[in-house]
Amino acid sequence: MQQTRRSVIKAGGALGLLAVLGSALLKPGRALAAWNKGAFEAKSAIDAMRALGITNTEESKDIVIRAPDIAENGAVVPIDVTSNIPGTTSISVFIEKNPFPYTGTFDFAAGAVPFVHLRAKLGESTPVRVVVAAGGKYYTTAKEVKVTIGGCGG
Amino acid sequence: MADPMKIRATVQGDVADVRVLMAHPMETGQRKQAGKAVPLHFIQSITAQLNGKTVFSADISQAISRNPVFAFKVKGAKAGDKIVITWKDNKGETRTDETTVRAGS
Repeated sequence: MQQTRRSVIKAGGALGLLAVLGSALLKPGRALAAWNKGAFEAKSAIDAMRALGITNTEESKDIVIRAPDIAENGAVVPIDVTSNIPGTTSISVFIEKNPFPYTGTFDFAAGAVPFVHLRAKLGESTPVRVVVAAGGKYYTTAKEVKVTIGGCGG
Repeated sequence: MADPMKIRATVQGDVADVRVLMAHPMETGQRKQAGKAVPLHFIQSITAQLNGKTVFSADISQAISRNPVFAFKVKGAKAGDKIVITWKDNKGETRTDETTVRAGS
């Protein structure tokens, strides 16, 4: 009985230590954290956000997505995202109808302007959703991009 | 060894505009060649440092286009500062390149 209690306490202690270590590693920004496999392999934007711990997103007009309304070539779609929300620390991009919607998270350390330009593959016409993390809260907006196949026009 | 990145950093006022082109196939694992799926091969993480301090980092998926291009902006940079960019892919391959911030026109 006593023995069991001891080992339980020990195990608990080890877990606590792990948690402390984990949070210490996570603190300096996600650069040191592991690539979030669960989020990247999620088949829907909602599941990916859940895996990333993104909850309670608030629609915001202060996020500007610049992407073509109609993309002729879905293999290379330029997307510019600018966040005008003060204290922006990261921008995450979800291409909702791609097989794996979570496209990436861009982190800004002190000094970086919350802007990113990327080029992504779009499997079909889809909303491109952006989630901005600022001051411990999440803000979101989306833009519909139409992908024409074979250049026949939409 | 992957081909070197092309990095351009120009400063306008006190904001440096950094553009980078990485040579990488970014295979999605969905494409087929001779009936066989081409295995996943893509860049997973990127970090950029200004004078040794990380200013921009990213975790990305295979949905980023082949030969990825990224642009970002860093405040407080001046001509002569050093920008170092590193990427790492899902096969553990990595590449680091650097450039010097130039004064813009």
